[in-house]
Amino acid sequence: MTEIFVLAEHRQGQIRDLTMEMLTKGRELAEKVEADLIVILLGKDIKDMAQVLRDHAKKVIMVEDPGLENFNSDLYQEVLAGLIEEHKPLLTLIGHTSFGVDLAPSLAASLNTPLATDCIDLKFKDDVLIVTRQMYGGKVNAEASLRKAESYIVTVRQATFPAEKEVSMEGEIIQIKGQLPDRKIGKRFVQYVLPPPGGVDITSADVIVAIGRGIKDSEEIPQVEDLANALGGVLACSRPIVDKGWLPDDRQVGSSGKTVKPKLYIALGISGAFQHILGMKNSDLIVAVNKDPKAPIFGVADYGVVEDLFKLIKPVVNEIKEIKG
Amino acid sequence: MNIVVCVKHVPETAEAEIKIDPSEKSIEKTSLVYDINEWDDYALEEAIQIKERLGGTVTAITVGPKEADSTLRKCLARGADAAVRITDPKFENSDCFATAKILNRAMKDLAFHLVLTGALADDDGCTATGPILAELLGVNHATMVRKIELNGDVAKVNRELEGGLEEVVEVNLPAVLSVQTGINEPRYVSIMGIRKAMQREIKVLGSAEIGLDDDEVGQEGSWVRIEKMYLPPVEKQAEFLKGTPEEIAAKIGEMLKTRGLL
Repeated sequence: MTEIFVLAEHRQGQIRDLTMEMLTKGRELAEKVEADLIVILLGKDIKDMAQVLRDHAKKVIMVEDPGLENFNSDLYQEVLAGLIEEHKPLLTLIGHTSFGVDLAPSLAASLNTPLATDCIDLKFKDDVLIVTRQMYGGKVNAEASLRKAESYIVTVRQATFPAEKEVSMEGEIIQIKGQLPDRKIGKRFVQYVLPPPGGVDITSADVIVAIGRGIKDSEEIPQVEDLANALGGVLACSRPIVDKGWLPDDRQVGSSGKTVKPKLYIALGISGAFQHILGMKNSDLIVAVNKDPKAPIFGVADYGVVEDLFKLIKPVVNEIKEIKG
Repeated sequence: MNIVVCVKHVPETAEAEIKIDPSEKSIEKTSLVYDINEWDDYALEEAIQIKERLGGTVTAITVGPKEADSTLRKCLARGADAAVRITDPKFENSDCFATAKILNRAMKDLAFHLVLTGALADDDGCTATGPILAELLGVNHATMVRKIELNGDVAKVNRELEGGLEEVVEVNLPAVLSVQTGINEPRYVSIMGIRKAMQREIKVLGSAEIGLDDDEVGQEGSWVRIEKMYLPPVEKQAEFLKGTPEEIAAKIGEMLKTRGLL
């Protein structure tokens, strides 16, 4: 029987949401091509996780070893390559996360197995794997085919597929001994580093005024601050502003920053890369100002303005002050 | 410390309105401005800073047409010691795998301790060329790197995870590290500096010189073939407020007031 592998992603004892999302898609594909859905679970002290995951798959292949306690692309690659060579799964799904991008490309190269990354959809058409992925920072979708092969690897974007609910598959748990290499390991996990505490907690703000690439100079920021102050809100931003050092890390909204859900989110000069949208799409009311009418931010905003943000700030601040009296 | 920096010459699209080319396999590129890929810009800066601290050389390398020379000139102006461009019409439609094979071959004769590149390229967003190259070179790698500390033959790096969390890993050199934006502050290059770099030599290599067969590169040597590009379908669309800035401001004020946000 053909197999589809889903590599479970977990950290510090928690199964990450994306694992369940990949299982949703994995199951759909497995039913179509009549394959068995197999979860691959690597780690240390992972029996409880295996119990949860067995409800979602035909089998859970569990490789438990102290050396696999923390994610390490070097060791994970070796174990996973062995499993793929032995089982020849039609497809292996891996999350397009910091974990997945450290693992999947070199794994694919070592096996010469075609890889497509950051996919938002995938399907089999005859024997060929067709994927949909985004390009140019999410402004373009591309449908692409993979070179015909007996096995494929795909990394899947987070929050693209719904997380799978309980399905009670009662799959078999197969525990195998890790074939950890005895060669010298080229890469070693040292520790996790948490972001420094303190600063402004943007996650508790009711009103957020967020800035992005549309801001060209740090000297333009006080104008935006005026708007945030008039609204009694806080200033936040997308990644480029933090990268430039114009605002501290704790003001960043998005997958690598904070997830926020204020009553009002005003996005100024933010085009709306997927990573940013993940962090703010559940805000109660979203107003976006951008020069590009096709900017993805308008796909999540309730109200949009296609305009130079600096032409708009002053009139809006005046209007708010007038209403507030 | 001899460092190779892999860079890509890409169109700037963050603030441009994108149109799909009639072939539906590309975007219309004629009106777009090209520059060094933003992530690679940080990789370049990191390489120059390491060189300033520890000595050694920085070689910038790219796969691309003649126009990509402007990106290499920028690298030279910033402080790179040498620049290499690998080019061939046969390279067209190469994906990250084919590109990594080209880079691998071109780097065979370069003595390096460290390879730096951007975590991803802004155009295709593959996030894969660096670690594939590492595998082909037979060296270690780390991706999404936000900090690099070098101690002898070991690089201690911080990798970006999610929500502000990072992990620290040690990687034995030689290694390929692909860096995230924000790892440093790329320095400003003056027009004078770029003008001076115009006189520097850029070494150009073709496919015969690096010894790759035709079926190893371009579409045939790639894993992924683009079939069709289209603008993402709009599932939900904002209600657009129109008028003069004052009229729009009045509408926004009214709307916030109605919702009890003022």
